[in-house]
Amino acid sequence: MHEQLTEIRWHARAGQGAVTAAKLVAETAMELDHYIQAMPEYGPERMGAPIQAFTRISASPIEIHNNIEFPDVVVVLDETLLPIVDVQRGLADDGVLIINTCTPPDTVRKALHIASARVACVDATGISQDTLKRDMPNTPMLGALAKVTGIFTLEQIIAHLRKTFGKKFSQEVIDANVAAVTRAYEEVQCS
Amino acid sequence: MPTQKTVAQTGNVLVAEAMRQCAPDMMAAYPITPQTTIVEEFAKFVANGRVHTQYVTVESEHSCMSACIGASAAGARVMTATSSQGLALMWEELHIASGMRLPIVMANANRALSAPINIHCDHSDIMGARDAGWVILFAETAQEAYDNTIMSVRIAEHPDVLLPVMTTLDGFITTHSIDRAEMMDDETVTSFVGDYVPKNALLDTDHPVSHGNFAGLGGPYFEFKRSQRLAMDRAHGVVNAIGAEWSGITGRPFGMIETFGMEDAEVAIVVIGSTAGNARHVARGLRAKGVKAGIVKVRCFRPFPAAELADALKGVKAVAVMDRSESFGAEGGPLFLEVRSALYDLADRVPLVDYIYGLGGSDVKTELIERVFTDLSDIASGATAPAGLTYLGTR
Repeated sequence: MHEQLTEIRWHARAGQGAVTAAKLVAETAMELDHYIQAMPEYGPERMGAPIQAFTRISASPIEIHNNIEFPDVVVVLDETLLPIVDVQRGLADDGVLIINTCTPPDTVRKALHIASARVACVDATGISQDTLKRDMPNTPMLGALAKVTGIFTLEQIIAHLRKTFGKKFSQEVIDANVAAVTRAYEEVQCS
Repeated sequence: MPTQKTVAQTGNVLVAEAMRQCAPDMMAAYPITPQTTIVEEFAKFVANGRVHTQYVTVESEHSCMSACIGASAAGARVMTATSSQGLALMWEELHIASGMRLPIVMANANRALSAPINIHCDHSDIMGARDAGWVILFAETAQEAYDNTIMSVRIAEHPDVLLPVMTTLDGFITTHSIDRAEMMDDETVTSFVGDYVPKNALLDTDHPVSHGNFAGLGGPYFEFKRSQRLAMDRAHGVVNAIGAEWSGITGRPFGMIETFGMEDAEVAIVVIGSTAGNARHVARGLRAKGVKAGIVKVRCFRPFPAAELADALKGVKAVAVMDRSESFGAEGGPLFLEVRSALYDLADRVPLVDYIYGLGGSDVKTELIERVFTDLSDIASGATAPAGLTYLGTR
């Protein structure tokens, strides 16, 4: 990874919460006094269509505003995108690909012909259905991201979720999200 | 004591916050696409009692600017926001607002014009309004959009100016991206902008005036236009003075142009809006490799800081202007025409080329800006400049 700038590209289907996740990551990083950007690639709103979102985190002010072409981290919220979207495009050799899937990382690595980047897999959908009682894979992926990249700790992302969700959601929903993040943090497999 | 807080917000939210802090008496808005979330956020402030503004929803952008003109002529501090086709539909009213010398402040999310249909960033909408008699500010970041909006109120209402001001930010890139910014406390902004004391309010019945009268056929139309020209010329000093004053409070620099590396630049890019950041990022990298690259960002387009530009660019071996809009049939895009005109009186000619880029939100990849600098280095070392303008990165 760059010393200064970490670039995260999110692949998802519209409605899975990638834009919210991109924003939550940026906000958490800003609380650690980083400079941040979070943005979706805007287009017509079509539920279920493939979308991208971007997060930039840096120790110094961020001057570039273009889409992320050479990510350090790629997060895929929906494995059905793998055959139709080139999620590895531009991924740094020492980068990491984090995928919501039940498939083990070695199998994904072979299937996608990934040479040197790390591959991390977590069943975010399953975790979401257990904890949130619906398929909303974005928050579990924050736990996986914390574990795999170390851009913030599990405690830091949980503290931020409690703070932002506290304004909008019931204690039950907040606890379920915290459980989802924690489980993904514990269960993510990396190769 | 001014206090600032660090926020992670979109450009639109920051502009809406700036408007709330400036507390307009009236805001008109056409709340359907291509509107921005600026007026949506502002409507929430009104509904929640955080600002006491008469919020008027209207049936079109044309009506929106008409309502703003009426309220401003009556004596109110007036603001609104628009974008793209919305700004285009306001066209005739834009000229009425400036001709009546009404200090309306309007935010514009810079976006493409149809056809074909496109909702993304370029400068086609705002450059189409460049001769409408409004002061026009451009922002590189959400932070600048916030600062420019607050300054706009003082510039518009300044007795030497009394012209409407457009505070613009790049559609989606700046309007919808979450960025880190510093927001000033309410009291500091309130005291910076002060109370609005209208000069020729229709509702000041003790001093009756009329606005926008017939002035043709021997009437003073011609003289009115000259007074607008003089007001815009005076705006030059006012923009600088207000910018310096706000800068003194915030600690953030302001210039009608802002430069990077121009002390010794041999090759330079002139650019407006968010792409200035991308260009500076590339220039920074090139300088680390020994290329004397520089950037001139134009933050105020009307009045155009021609003397400042000529001063920054004199002696540079090759200059590229990057235009995010077209002026079909002209020698180049709108910025190119201004820059070439600004350089005409220099004793030594500065080689100047124009690149049209990023139309309809076409992504401004780092590699494209590197290509521009490579071209410039070639020209600086004697290669012939490409004839005409170059479309950068078209398929």
